[in-house]
Amino acid sequence: MLRSKASRWAAAPYLVWMCIFIVVPLAIVVWYALTDANGFFTLANLTGIGRYASVFGRSLLLAAEATVICLVLAFPVGYFLSRLRANKQHIMLMLVMLPMWMNFLLRTYAWMTLLEKNGLINKLLGLFGIGPFNMINTSGAVVLGMVYNYLPYMILPLYTAMTKIDNSVVEAAQDLGANVFQILLRVLIPLARPGIATGITMVFVPAVSTFIISRMLGGGANLLIGDLIELQFLGNSYNLNLGSAMSLVLMVIVLLCMSFTSSFDEEEMEGVM
Amino acid sequence: MNEIVSLKDIVVDFDGERVLDGLSLAIHDKEFVTFLGPSGCGKTTTLRVIAGFLTPKSGNVFFDGKDITALPPYKRQVNTVFQKYALFPHLNVYENVAFGLRLKKLPEETIRPKVLEMLETVGLKGFERRSINQLSGGQQQRVAIARSLVNQPRVLLLDEPLGALDLKLRKEMQLELKRLQREMNITFVYVTHDQEEALTMSDTVVVMNKGNIQQIGSPQDIYNEPCNAFVANFIGDSNIVDGIMEKDFLVSFAGREFTCVDRGFKMREPVQVVIRPEDVAIVPPSVGMLTGLVREVIFKGVHFEMHVDVEGKEWLIHSTQASQPGELIGMNIGPDEIHIMSREEV
Repeated sequence: MLRSKASRWAAAPYLVWMCIFIVVPLAIVVWYALTDANGFFTLANLTGIGRYASVFGRSLLLAAEATVICLVLAFPVGYFLSRLRANKQHIMLMLVMLPMWMNFLLRTYAWMTLLEKNGLINKLLGLFGIGPFNMINTSGAVVLGMVYNYLPYMILPLYTAMTKIDNSVVEAAQDLGANVFQILLRVLIPLARPGIATGITMVFVPAVSTFIISRMLGGGANLLIGDLIELQFLGNSYNLNLGSAMSLVLMVIVLLCMSFTSSFDEEEMEGVM
Repeated sequence: MNEIVSLKDIVVDFDGERVLDGLSLAIHDKEFVTFLGPSGCGKTTTLRVIAGFLTPKSGNVFFDGKDITALPPYKRQVNTVFQKYALFPHLNVYENVAFGLRLKKLPEETIRPKVLEMLETVGLKGFERRSINQLSGGQQQRVAIARSLVNQPRVLLLDEPLGALDLKLRKEMQLELKRLQREMNITFVYVTHDQEEALTMSDTVVVMNKGNIQQIGSPQDIYNEPCNAFVANFIGDSNIVDGIMEKDFLVSFAGREFTCVDRGFKMREPVQVVIRPEDVAIVPPSVGMLTGLVREVIFKGVHFEMHVDVEGKEWLIHSTQASQPGELIGMNIGPDEIHIMSREEV
């Protein structure tokens, strides 16, 4: 009893922080989204979002593409890491985390210089008489930027989930007649499911709301929701009410996606019980 | 009996260290074979070579006369029961047992009766829908055995499967495994470091040490006629003393001559004499072949364990009657109880 009381008090500072800096601002966002420039109640902001459906669609599509690519890339890496000896695991994990030590903007800027018309990659290919290719300012470049920046967030939860898979379980599956593909489908993926759900959330959510990656690598043609919202607050089309409404819709979309992945996860856990 | 598995000159290295050193072995069909040895002797490694989890550096594995050295585990007609059971935590009891059959893409109506029958055989009827986490260690072990046996392997490999169970449960499972092996009429290859377990269950015991086979034989052979000091020491307690084989049926040790049942040694060949602690009879000192001074007496339940000093060498004696520490006792040893081994070159 005493312990729970003490822990309640210990949690108080953050709870207060949460109220002031998360709950109140959220309420303000909702307030702005539901009022017009003069402070009167209106649904026009929300209903007007339909015009930007293509931007929302593009954001969701690119983020989904990046998430799938991250998952496919990270799964074998996570498995490989989890099978290494403990001391090697630490070194390899450091290498995975290494890019995260560098500033996000800097990393993305580096890709600009690589992908440009006169960038390093095109110059290198030019030496062999190939190219130049038009790589920057495409949706592909945006997905590349997302994958590059968010890949560690997929690898880490997958790795964590897979360290809990005992090697003898994999051997048992082999022993019972499972080939590599069947081991993956019937043992590794089901057992790594919590890691998969976390990884998807941790990549998809920031990817769907990013604005800097699309700005730097996508050019004007690949506007995402994040860019659109930024324009309403800091850009030329200054409109706090519309920006708030967009944020609100984005939040609902993210919440829906998250509840979908987590319910998927819980369902599986219940099946086990 | 024909050979089902045979190993030929198997060499396995781990990190530059030799684990199996040119091991050759034939396992007969429908036999209960046990690999017995201390940890690190290579017994589990041998099992993993048969299962296919390890490819030997050199040497060949034959199954039913065919070379399967390069065959991956999932194509071999053997199944393994792992030390830590290695059940699938995301599947219930039924699905764990059905795993191998599902991989063969059998229809549900074929799978179901097989799984239920197998669960009944291992005494887990009615547990189908249980989660693995809800089972005790013994029950998990039964699931692991059922999961392997339902595939009707020709050979079942068991890697210290009872190691994690308490003594009483272990004894129960030993008898049950023996029963299963007889009922299924297949070959069991069992790995253990517990000599009592090996003697209880096996048709053939393979005693291993340092990557080599020390002796192969029936439990009685191994116990009564150990071929060297390692086997004699590892299988139960024993007194090993240096002696001289005077001539056929006569050996001298501990300062006097004894009649024995061994022959075929050279005249006056130096030998080692093995005497089991329970084979020494305690008599009054005046009529004993040997006399000894009791140093220590320990009560062990069924018997007393006594450490006795005989001409400066400590002997171990098991007896149902206790002597007192400091007491002088006489000791008699019958000709049948004296086992002679050639002296090992040092």
